[in-house]
Amino acid sequence: MDTYILYGITILFLAFSIFKDKKKTKMSLKKAWKAFENILPQFLVVLLLVGVLLAVLNTEVISKIIGSGSGWLGVMLAAVVGAITLIPGFVAFPMASMLLQGGAGYMQIGAFVSTLMMVGVVTMPVEMKYFGKKLTILRNVIAFIFSFVVAYIIELVVGGI
Amino acid sequence: MKAILKRYRAFIITAIALGILTIINSQIGLKALSISAYSFKEMLLVIPPVFILLGLLDVWVPRETMIKYMGEGSGLKGIVLAILLGSAAAGPLYGAFPVAAVFMKKGVKFSNILIFIGAWSTTKIPMFLFEMSSLGAKFAFTRLLVDIPGIIIIAYILSKLISKDEIEKIYKQAENINK
Repeated sequence: MDTYILYGITILFLAFSIFKDKKKTKMSLKKAWKAFENILPQFLVVLLLVGVLLAVLNTEVISKIIGSGSGWLGVMLAAVVGAITLIPGFVAFPMASMLLQGGAGYMQIGAFVSTLMMVGVVTMPVEMKYFGKKLTILRNVIAFIFSFVVAYIIELVVGGI
Repeated sequence: MKAILKRYRAFIITAIALGILTIINSQIGLKALSISAYSFKEMLLVIPPVFILLGLLDVWVPRETMIKYMGEGSGLKGIVLAILLGSAAAGPLYGAFPVAAVFMKKGVKFSNILIFIGAWSTTKIPMFLFEMSSLGAKFAFTRLLVDIPGIIIIAYILSKLISKDEIEKIYKQAENINK
């Protein structure tokens, strides 16, 4: 759904740009292509890594790790799984909901969802290209730690310890 | 040709490794390939609009305008804009980095770029609606309310941890990337 909105907005802006100035539009498209081509090698590596990771860490394996684990160890494992996998939201949320029904706690699911979105171990090569090694590592480490805060507060509010 | 090979070296090595994995364990290897192909299709769907918008932004929006709204001294306005722009985005986090590079070129303040990245990673509006329907409003709202201050705090911690020289280096690199 959001992809359609994104396309709609892009087409609108693009049409406006063509209407205003053809030459500038051409320049924008050239820049868009260059920006994409520049990062393509890293993108391709990430796509292959994601494939391998998800082939090994499928829903069954993940639910075993998170579902059985309770307390902080379970939260820790959930956070690690979230950090290294890259699952699109429309797959991740129903999966998280299934895991909840399967007996996982809110704290684990909170940690899993949070690191899944904020920490990206496989996308680090792309991030490093733009932000350098140091900042990329720092950002991911801090986001990882922050996810525990998120998990704890979610447990307090939704789980009601 | 040689330059292309060098740029795609990591990809070629990974592809060969995946090939070997497929020979050893065809079940996992083939599954990995099909997931990669699926992610590739997803990427092809989301990436064109993100990059076209990025190109349009680069050409049409003057540096002065971006500095005024999101640069040094843009204050609360810059922070709010960074969160809104990041939250309105679609697509995986790796799409945010090239946009961040254009922001750097346009003189957007470093902490605002980090806030933008944070918002893109975790407070995207379409995802929020989806999260609410699968995990419940209480879960989604709690996460959102913790994440917004969290993103801002993380951005400030990161800009304090990184020296001015390093920030300058990152900005300079961004100039070269989208030339």
